[in-house]
Amino acid sequence: MNVTEDSTEQCGNSLTRELTQNPLKKIWVPSSTNGLPERHISQRKVCMTNCPTLIVTVGLPARGKTYISKKLTRYLNWIDVPTKEFNVGQYRRECVKIYKSFEFFQPDNEEGLKIRKQCALAALNDVRQFLTDEGGQVAVFDATNTTRERRETIIRFAEQNGFKVFFVESVCEDPDVIAENIVQVKLGSPDYIHCNTEEAVADFMKRIKCYENSYQPLDEELDRDLSFIKIIDVGRRYLVNRVQDHIQSRIVYYLMNIHITPRSIYLCRHGESDLNIKGRIGGDSGLSARGKEFAKALRQFIQSQNIRDLKVWTSQMKRTIQTAEALGVPYEQWKALNEIDAGVCEELMYEEIQQRYPQEFALRDQDKYRYRYPKGESYEDLVQRLEPVIMELERQENVLVICHQAVMRCLLAYFLDKTAEELPYLKCTLHTVLKLTPMAYGCKVESVCLNVDAVNTHRDRPSNVNVLRTTEDALQTVPPHL
Amino acid sequence: MRGASRSKNTQDLDKRVCMTNCPTLIVTVGLPARGKTYISKKLTRYLNWIDVPTKEFNVGQYRRECVKIYKSFEFFQPDNEEGLKIRKQCALAALNDVRQFLTDEGGQVAVFDATNTTRERRETIIRFAEQNGFKVFFVESVCEDPDVIAENIVQVKLGSPDYIHCNTEEAVADFMKRIKCYENSYQPLDEELDRDLSFIKIIDVGRRYLVNRVQDHIQSRIVYYLMNIHITPRSIYLCRHGESDLNIKGRIGGDSGLSARGKEFAKALRQFIQSQNIRDLKVWTSQMKRTIQTAEALGVPYEQWKALNEIDAGVCEELMYEEIQQRYPQEFALRDQDKYRYRYPKGESYEDLVQRLEPVIMELERQENVLVICHQAVMRCLLAYFLDKTAEELPYLKCTLHTVLKLTPMAYGCKVESVCLNVDAVNTHRDRPSNVDVSRLPEEALLTVPDHH
Repeated sequence: MNVTEDSTEQCGNSLTRELTQNPLKKIWVPSSTNGLPERHISQRKVCMTNCPTLIVTVGLPARGKTYISKKLTRYLNWIDVPTKEFNVGQYRRECVKIYKSFEFFQPDNEEGLKIRKQCALAALNDVRQFLTDEGGQVAVFDATNTTRERRETIIRFAEQNGFKVFFVESVCEDPDVIAENIVQVKLGSPDYIHCNTEEAVADFMKRIKCYENSYQPLDEELDRDLSFIKIIDVGRRYLVNRVQDHIQSRIVYYLMNIHITPRSIYLCRHGESDLNIKGRIGGDSGLSARGKEFAKALRQFIQSQNIRDLKVWTSQMKRTIQTAEALGVPYEQWKALNEIDAGVCEELMYEEIQQRYPQEFALRDQDKYRYRYPKGESYEDLVQRLEPVIMELERQENVLVICHQAVMRCLLAYFLDKTAEELPYLKCTLHTVLKLTPMAYGCKVESVCLNVDAVNTHRDRPSNVNVLRTTEDALQTVPPHL
Repeated sequence: MRGASRSKNTQDLDKRVCMTNCPTLIVTVGLPARGKTYISKKLTRYLNWIDVPTKEFNVGQYRRECVKIYKSFEFFQPDNEEGLKIRKQCALAALNDVRQFLTDEGGQVAVFDATNTTRERRETIIRFAEQNGFKVFFVESVCEDPDVIAENIVQVKLGSPDYIHCNTEEAVADFMKRIKCYENSYQPLDEELDRDLSFIKIIDVGRRYLVNRVQDHIQSRIVYYLMNIHITPRSIYLCRHGESDLNIKGRIGGDSGLSARGKEFAKALRQFIQSQNIRDLKVWTSQMKRTIQTAEALGVPYEQWKALNEIDAGVCEELMYEEIQQRYPQEFALRDQDKYRYRYPKGESYEDLVQRLEPVIMELERQENVLVICHQAVMRCLLAYFLDKTAEELPYLKCTLHTVLKLTPMAYGCKVESVCLNVDAVNTHRDRPSNVDVSRLPEEALLTVPDHH
C-alpha cells in the first residue's frame, strides 16, 4: 500500500473532508471544496477487473459458440458489466453479400481466406474501439478460432492493447446435439435463406468438414499458459486453466451452470393484494378477494399445462405465499425474491410520496434504475440481490416464480435482454403469467392473462421529471385506485 | 452454521433454496501432502457457515486412535498385511460414522478425507454410498511441485501427533518414504475410465481444474468455492467503523457519522496500517457513512459494498435497548432466545446476514491482503466464518470498537492477532441475559445492556 507524503498532504484534511450523500443513489462520497460531490470513489460493486477482457470462442461450427457468446453477453450486461459480442460470421455476411456454398470455407480457397481474415481484423478493430474508447469492459470475439496461429494473432492484438484474454472452447462430437443445433439456428440463417432443409444441412456438414483438418483444440500442455475453459459435450465435463481474476471466475461459474435441456420458466406476480387496491406500494399485505380468485385460476392453468417436475418459488412476503398455497404443491420461499424495499416510502400512495418527498419522487423519474429510496433499495440493488436466483434458474428446468412487480421486471430483463433504461418500465401486470421458453439464441415469450380483474399498478415515466414540476405533472401517470 | 442439526421435517419447510434432495458424500483423492485435509477442513467450514450441516471424517485420525503409537512409514508399506488390515478397518469405521451422521443425525454433507488412491477403494465407497442413498462427489488434488509439497510438510506434518518424538530431519525423511508407499498403486481419476463419476480434479494448487458431471446445486457451489480459494500467504484485517454518534447514545443501527473519538480511531488506524507495511492492501467499506468516514482517513482508495451494511433492525432502527424493551418486549425476548435466527420486524436476522455476506466471503477468498471496515453484526458473521464458530456462538462474538483483528491463515486454521488501537470507545456488546422468557421483567431484560449516555 502506498501512502506517500504527497497523498498525506492532499488528504491532510481528509477527516474534515465532508461526505455528502449522492441524492440519486444515496451513496456517500467526499465532497470537493465547492461542496459538490467529487467524481466517485470506487463504487459499490466489487472491482471486476482492472483492465478490459477479451473473451475468445474456439470450436468447430455448430458447437454452440454463438449461443454461448450471446448468453454470456446478456448475463454480463445484466450484472452491469458493459459487454458486447462481435460475430465474425456477421462481418463476413456484410462483406460477401450472397452466400453461395461451403466452398467459400475450403482451406485452399485463397479468395475466401483473404476475405475471412479481413473480416476477423475488422471485428478486432471494432473490439478495440469498444474496449478502449466506448467504455466497454468485456468483448466476446465469436468465431471458430480453430488454429493456434489465429489464436496467436488475437493474443498479440490483446497484448498490444492491454486486454486480458480468456478462451471459451466448445468441444462436442455427439451427432444428435450437432444435428439439433443445425436445425435450431443454421436453417434459419441468412446463409440458407434460399435452400430447403436437406440442401442446407448437406452444405453445412461440408462446411464443418472444411475446418476439421486444421482444428487444433486448446491443449493442457501446449496451451498451459493461456487462460481458458474447455466445455466438453455441452457441459458434461470442463477443463479450466489459469483463471486470472474475478470476472473470469464469474464467467466460469456461469458457463458451468447453464444447460440446453428444453424447459420453460413461468413468471407471474402474486394475486392482487389489499394494498394494491388502495394504490399503496410495498408492505406485506394479504390477497384481496380477486387475488384469491387469481390464485385459483393459476392452479387450474398450471394443471392444464401438464408441466414435468415443476418447481415453485415464492418470496417471503405473505401475498406470494398465499398465491402459492392455492396451488397445492410444495414451494420454496426465497428472501431474495422479496419486493424492492421502498424505505421511507413503504406503504405510501404515490400522491403521498409526491406530497412528502417531491424531490425524491422527481429523482426517481429521472433515473428509475439507479434511484435508491431513502433507507431502501434501487433496481440496481435488486439486480445484485437477484443474481443467485438467476443462477439457480439457469441450473433448474421447469420453474414457476411467483414474485413482485419490480422483481419480475428484473428477471424479465435478464431473459429478454432489456437495458437498464427499459427495465423499470417493463409491463408486468397482475394476474398475467409469462411463459418463457429458450429458443435458438433467445427466449420465446407467451403472455397468458388469466382473466381475473385487477388494478393497474404500472406508472409510466411522466414527461416532466424536473424537481420543480407541479404536483399535477408529477402525478400525471399514476394509475387509478380506490 | 454448525449447530443443532435440523430434523428432516423442519428442513422441508425451510426458507432457503433446497441444496440437494439426498445427502452428499465428498471423497478426497490424492497422495499424502497434497492438501486433502486442508481442503476438507476449509470446505467443511464454508458449508457449515452457509448452513449446510457438514462434518469431516479423517481416516488418519481413526488410524491414530487405533494404533496408539506411530512407529514409522513401514506401517504404510503395501506388503504390510497387518497395516493393511488396520487401515481398512479404520476406513470402514469412518464410513460407518458417515452413515450415522448423514442418516440419523441430520447431516447433509460428509467429507471423507483419506488418500483413496486406488480405484478399488473408491469402488468400495461408491457401493457404500449407493446402498445408503448418498450422492458421491470426488475431490482430487494432484501436485508434483516439490516446493509446495515441502512447504506442506513443514506446515502440517511436522506438528502431527505421528512425529511428536522426531526431529525435523527424521520426520521429513520418514514422511517422504510414506508418500512413496502410495505412489506405485496410485490410480488418479481419469477422464475416460471415470467418466461416469462426479468429480473435480485440482491440479497444481488451482492452476488447472478438470470438472466432471456436476449433478446438483451443492456440487456446483462446492466447485465454485474450490476454484476460488488459494494458498498464497496473506492477511485479512477486520475492524468496525470508528465510534459513531449513535453508538455514544446507545442507539442501534442508523447512518450516523463518527464521534470525535471515532475520528481519533480513524487516524490511529491509518498509522497502524502504515506501520504494517502491507503489500497491495485492498480496503473495503460498507455504504454507511461511518465506515466510509473511517476509510477516508486512510488516504487510499477503497471500495464500497452494500453487502457490508449493518444488519437492518427494521422497526428497531435507531432505538435504544431500553426503548425496544418498552415498545416490543416480546420481540426483545424472542431475540434473546435465538439471536442467530431472530429477524427484526421489517428487518433482518443474522441468518439473513450470512446469506448476504457470502459473495463477500467468496471475494475475500480470491483476494490477498484486505482490510474490511464494517459493523458489529457483520464483523461477527465474517469472523465466525474464519474461526469456524457455530450459529450459537456467532451473535455473541466480541467485536469491540477501535480494535483491529488480523487474521492470517495458518496450517488448517487461522491465526488471530487482536490489536487495540488505544482510543476509548463505548462498549456496544450486550450479552445474553439469563432470563430470556417473554414474561420476564424489564430489569431482567436490560440486565446486560452496556452503559451509554
